[in-house]
Amino acid sequence: MADEPRTETLRLAGVRKSYGAGTPVEVEVLHGIDLSLQEGEFAALIGPSGSGKTTLLNLIGLLDSPSAGQLFIAGREASALGEMEATRLRGRAIGFIFQYHYLLPAFTALENVMMPMLAARGRADAQMREAAARLLARVGLTPWCNHKASDISGGQQQRVAIARALAMTPVLVLADEPSGNLDTENADAVFDLMRDVNETSSTTFLIVTHDPRLARRCDRIIELVDGRVVSDEPNSDVVRRGESASISARTASPTPR
Amino acid sequence: MSPLALFESIVAFRFMREGLTQTLLIVLGVALGCGVIIFMSALLAGMQANIVRRTLNYQAPIQILAPDQVARSLREGGPDSLAVQIQPRSQQLRSIDQWQKVRADIARIPDVIGVTPVVSGPGFARRGEATKSVTIAGIENETYFDVIALPDKIVAGRHDVGPLDIVIGIELAKDLGMAIGDKMSLTTAAGVASTLTVTGIFDFGNKGVNERNVYVALRTAQNLLDLVGGASSIEVKVRDPFAAETIAQGIRASHDLEVDSWIKTNAQFFSAMAAQILANTLIRIFVGLTVALGIASVLVVSVVQKSKEIGILRAMGTARVQVLRVFLIQGGFMGLTGSLLGSLLAWGFLLLWRGIAKNPDGTPLFIVIIEPSLFAIACVGATFVGILAAIVPALRAARLDPAVAIRG
Repeated sequence: MADEPRTETLRLAGVRKSYGAGTPVEVEVLHGIDLSLQEGEFAALIGPSGSGKTTLLNLIGLLDSPSAGQLFIAGREASALGEMEATRLRGRAIGFIFQYHYLLPAFTALENVMMPMLAARGRADAQMREAAARLLARVGLTPWCNHKASDISGGQQQRVAIARALAMTPVLVLADEPSGNLDTENADAVFDLMRDVNETSSTTFLIVTHDPRLARRCDRIIELVDGRVVSDEPNSDVVRRGESASISARTASPTPR
Repeated sequence: MSPLALFESIVAFRFMREGLTQTLLIVLGVALGCGVIIFMSALLAGMQANIVRRTLNYQAPIQILAPDQVARSLREGGPDSLAVQIQPRSQQLRSIDQWQKVRADIARIPDVIGVTPVVSGPGFARRGEATKSVTIAGIENETYFDVIALPDKIVAGRHDVGPLDIVIGIELAKDLGMAIGDKMSLTTAAGVASTLTVTGIFDFGNKGVNERNVYVALRTAQNLLDLVGGASSIEVKVRDPFAAETIAQGIRASHDLEVDSWIKTNAQFFSAMAAQILANTLIRIFVGLTVALGIASVLVVSVVQKSKEIGILRAMGTARVQVLRVFLIQGGFMGLTGSLLGSLLAWGFLLLWRGIAKNPDGTPLFIVIIEPSLFAIACVGATFVGILAAIVPALRAARLDPAVAIRG
């Protein structure tokens, strides 16, 4: 992590999330999360299954709204936005990478990368096509530009998904187990790619992972247990304290891959 | 920029291409539905037009006659009055009072496009020993053909009549063995006779009319039927034949005359036509509903199949309204392409029908009217039905929670 002052990409202040609010079966899954990510941070979010990682990621990604608390994205209070505004902000400021690539199988790799730009601007143009081709070149997939998403390998599909997440030059990329479906070699390649993007463009990454190897390669590790942040510190501190084994234990998940 | 470059169209067409089999099946279903509607409508319109045309060939849309003579009781009715039986009067052939003024009045009605006086009455056509009863129609050359298209029906000779000319039907000519230039005697029941030369032979395509009607000059008929200077009827042509009864009612209200429209005199035909129109409308509604349900069911399935992709699109910043439009475009497209294909099918079928369905003499059994507007209406209607049918699945897709959809 660099030491110079940076702008805040994400801030959560007392964010809570309950399901079944107002009913006898109300369950609070996030209990007042306070969290801040600076521009260019590369952070891992770890924790056992059921700890609320995906719920937190959905809130940050504006796919869901908090029951209480405030959420700021690039200085803007996103938790106060209406559905349309939130959709617009999500399209412009946030990129998603999922465990499964979720590319649109009917479209080519290039078209999949173009899709967020197309949704935002309404119609296709040559500039959009060029931008998408540049992104695919960056993830090393120029020869696969015009292949259907369903016709390329799992590793390539996930790289297309990364290119798609970067299409709108977001300030924040949320990755939910981005290498969960890949073998070690492809998982490393995908991780290297995200790291490279982070270093060259200062895009903030928040990566949910169960892979201790990958978590150790992040700059910061945030641990969530039972809907609470139980630890949040730079990875260098963790490593210095010799807690690598502990990370392995904390990221280990019974979740089927 | 082509509309196909729009985000919604691009996604809609890819989704349809992805589920090509179900897209093709539903398009085929819509095509069959539209084809049936177009084919039936064309056949019905042809049949109606045919009957209307044939009827109005020889009959004016509106006929004005002198009012019936009515016998009135001289005693006032009341509780003490005796039972009185009033015998109806026999109707004599009479002229319309001041028919020239009536004609001028009628001609001023905006929708009237032809007015002509006619002297009409019974008579006998005689040649040698053969006699046939006929209806004599005394016509005015200058105006009669504005109302009845007699010139188009002439198969031999000419249509205009001089004082000693007669135009007869093809059946009468056959029965009496007459040809152009032959002389025949025309006698009325009162015994007045005139010898006339056949100058024209017509064919209205109706045996009864071809046998019965004979046309002579107005003055000739006035003399024969003892109606000098008179007109037994005024025949009126109107722009829209189906408005004839309304116009007739207007004339009836302003003149003390008997006014008959062809709609009233052919009431049975019109009630049969109304029943056919009702049946056709019901068929259209049910076929339309079937088409709409077919499109809706295919799209509902598509929304379920594509829920993950919709979730991803939403996560990427696609607005609800954009997702809504993706599915409305699919519904509209299925309706439009289905109806275009259906139009093609119906057109082919109509041509085939025209070639196959013939009378023994080779004339078409039905005159099939292939009206371009019918195809246009069917296509616009089917597209509209497609869009309407897509509303429910489109709303379901737009309301999908992206987080839930992605998680599956």
